[in-house]
Amino acid sequence: MTLHPVARLAAQRIALGLLLLFAASVLIFLGTQILPGDVAQAILGRSATQQSLATLREQLGLNEPALTRYFSWLAGVLHGDLGIALSNGQPIAPALAKRLGNTLFLAGAAAVIAVPLAILLGLISVRYLNRWPDRLISAVTLATISVPEFLLGYIVIFFLAVQYQFLPSLSTVYDGMSFGARLHAIGLPVIVLVLAVLGHMMRMTRAAILNVMQSAYVETAELKGLRPFAIIAKHALPNAVAPVVNVVMLNLAYLVVGVVVVEVVFVYPGMGQYLVDHVAKRDVPVVQACGLVFAAVYIGLNLVADIVSILANPRLRHPR
Amino acid sequence: MPDSAVAENLLEIRDLVLEATSYPPGEPPKNVTLVHGVSLCLQKGKVLGLIGESGAGKSTIGLSAMAYGRGGVRITGGQVIVNGRDILKAGARGLRSLRGKEVTYVAQSAAAAFNPAKPLMGQVIETTLASGQIGRAEAEARAVDLFRQLGLPDPETIGTRFPHQVSGGQLQRVMTAMALCPKPDLVIFDEPTTALDVTTQIDVLAAIKRAIRETGVAALYITHDLAVVAQVADDIMVLRHGRTVEYGPCKQVIEAPQEEYTRALVSVRSIDHVEKAEAPPLLSIQNVTARYKGTGFDVLKNVSVDLPPGQTLAIVGESGSGKSTLARVITGLLPATRGHIRFDGRDLSPDLTGRTRDDLRELQMIYQMADVAMNPRQTVETIIGRPLEFYFGLRGEAKRKRVQELLDQIEMGHGFADRYPAELSGGQKQRVCIARALAAKPKLIICDEVTSALDPLVADGILKLLLNLQAEEGVAYLFITHDLATVRAIADRIAVMFKGQVQRYGSKTDVLSPPFDDYTDLLLSSVPEMRLGWLEEVLAHRRMASAGN
Repeated sequence: MTLHPVARLAAQRIALGLLLLFAASVLIFLGTQILPGDVAQAILGRSATQQSLATLREQLGLNEPALTRYFSWLAGVLHGDLGIALSNGQPIAPALAKRLGNTLFLAGAAAVIAVPLAILLGLISVRYLNRWPDRLISAVTLATISVPEFLLGYIVIFFLAVQYQFLPSLSTVYDGMSFGARLHAIGLPVIVLVLAVLGHMMRMTRAAILNVMQSAYVETAELKGLRPFAIIAKHALPNAVAPVVNVVMLNLAYLVVGVVVVEVVFVYPGMGQYLVDHVAKRDVPVVQACGLVFAAVYIGLNLVADIVSILANPRLRHPR
Repeated sequence: MPDSAVAENLLEIRDLVLEATSYPPGEPPKNVTLVHGVSLCLQKGKVLGLIGESGAGKSTIGLSAMAYGRGGVRITGGQVIVNGRDILKAGARGLRSLRGKEVTYVAQSAAAAFNPAKPLMGQVIETTLASGQIGRAEAEARAVDLFRQLGLPDPETIGTRFPHQVSGGQLQRVMTAMALCPKPDLVIFDEPTTALDVTTQIDVLAAIKRAIRETGVAALYITHDLAVVAQVADDIMVLRHGRTVEYGPCKQVIEAPQEEYTRALVSVRSIDHVEKAEAPPLLSIQNVTARYKGTGFDVLKNVSVDLPPGQTLAIVGESGSGKSTLARVITGLLPATRGHIRFDGRDLSPDLTGRTRDDLRELQMIYQMADVAMNPRQTVETIIGRPLEFYFGLRGEAKRKRVQELLDQIEMGHGFADRYPAELSGGQKQRVCIARALAAKPKLIICDEVTSALDPLVADGILKLLLNLQAEEGVAYLFITHDLATVRAIADRIAVMFKGQVQRYGSKTDVLSPPFDDYTDLLLSSVPEMRLGWLEEVLAHRRMASAGN
């Protein structure tokens, strides 16, 4: 059976992604084993007796060999069971799902604004290359990536929440909140995240399109008398998809994985806060579960970037 | 703005001056004048051929008819009048209504000029649709008609393909269709057949000529090949260093050129080379078969050729025929899967790592692209001196003296020793590469398309130099080329290659004399000849031959 080259390459990438995810799970498990400290001690506190510590370790299965514990953990994960949180005795999966949902909502809202805006600004930069729109866009986006996120957070709180009171400074969300109310609640963190990732994507779009603008087919388009913006959007952009998609996906992954600071600043109940809380409590199963979810998001988004890049190549999509 | 231009002239260029800024290393930028006051005019439905060497300004003049300056070229003087309107005074909007509608462009490399991410049809009808006069269905029907007229296979469906799915010759015809689709008044053909194999060139040339005649469009036909332009042009303008050398009707320029430079162009490749007698071989390639890793087919199939010492064996063929692969096999870069290579009475190891230093020294190579075959950060002296050090251990004064001898041999002054490759012309670069090969005192030099990137007169000089050096040094050449005129000028023996096999092999006289096999006949008859009506003769002859079958 001969597979279409795109299907073959995509299947290769997916297999590679799964392998990578497996390797990541091993690393996460090993990492949490190396961590100093004792969960039983952390739960029972300094005044616990040796007897009660030993009993608790027995109950938690901490005396089993590491390999056994890894495979029983992995088997659980594959069945959707992320284990029990040590700190409160609740199953991890439902709590984590809720937090993940919140984080994805925040990241998604930021992405919906940031990605099209970054690409549009990249196109405008190329259209007005080395003229004032280009310089202005470059300067502003460079400034916003250079400012640390927590500072950006406090700046927008100062202006938009304290001075003018457009948006709440605390991004409290709860069950049963309407969609609009949720959006309103996360307004400030979305702004901060957009500013944090915009510059990166815009600059990559600009560079990738500029690279393509040197091609002979762009000259052909100019000699056809097309409008400059049509040349950039219709003839250059389709050939710059692969590098742009890669940097977009890296930034989307950052929006999910790297939002800890922003979530803390705005007290938003997302994955980042959840992870930080449980690291402090030495709650190893939760930390492992969070690590695995982050790895899956990262690998998954990069997988999507790879596959889109393959699809964007007409030579692979339409073999001779 | 109405102009006083003569009404019947479709295109009139008056005293055109083109400038660009050059950035010499270590010096302040300076203005260079590329075209010094060229004037021409073109009537409706006529074809004007612009001819000259690279740097003559022919493409820049052609593009100025669309008020376009490529790579920083500026139009700084003169008038360009299209349909009675000075387009140099038109604004951005006026130029957009001119480009792609009134005047269209066919580039040298259609493979690079089509957007690789889009199917052909959308690109072909793009400007026709943008003009808003006809709908998509009608535009597509017009494109299909043009595809058919240009002799493209599957005219109905070829538009759904992507550029990489279509061959180079077909793509050049699709680009011609793209230029003709908006029914322009003028098409600029910029070396449209130069990048094609000679057997493909003739088909494309015939298709372009027919399309020009049937649509009644006027054309500027830009090429460096006078024999090609003689087939399509009504008038010819010969350009050199941005000035007009000669401008007149095609027949007069070809048959009775007035200027010495034109006469040189017309009589180019007139080297008279008498083949040498057969002798025992220096290089003997015996039943060589080779394939690239990871491919399922042989690129060379059972190739056997001999080359006597001090003689030239020309390997002729189209792109993909395996001629450069043969060079890689001989040099050991690609070990043969079967067969032997005997050189100077000994067996050569198929693999580069198994060769002795003498094997390496006695077998040198010169490449098509001289500029990428030299380290741009080394002086000519270092480049030529490297093999002297490596093979003969020459140092200091002895090395300097030998470099100067070699510079004498390639007819370049001692002053060139301190120059960098970027400061040399194309022909000079190739001469330095020859000197570097010669420095090793080789018995055989493999020349891979060494004159293909050069202008005809410069190429002629290189060929003469190679012949002189052969007489002095007794070195043998394996000369790989697709150009039959070069073969006639230099070869003692010829091997014609086709799809990895030797199609025809023997002394020059034998190979170039009838009776021919079908492929050699096709190849030989496709080489443009410097006379009017050649194209029609060949096509008529082929039609008769195929009718006879």
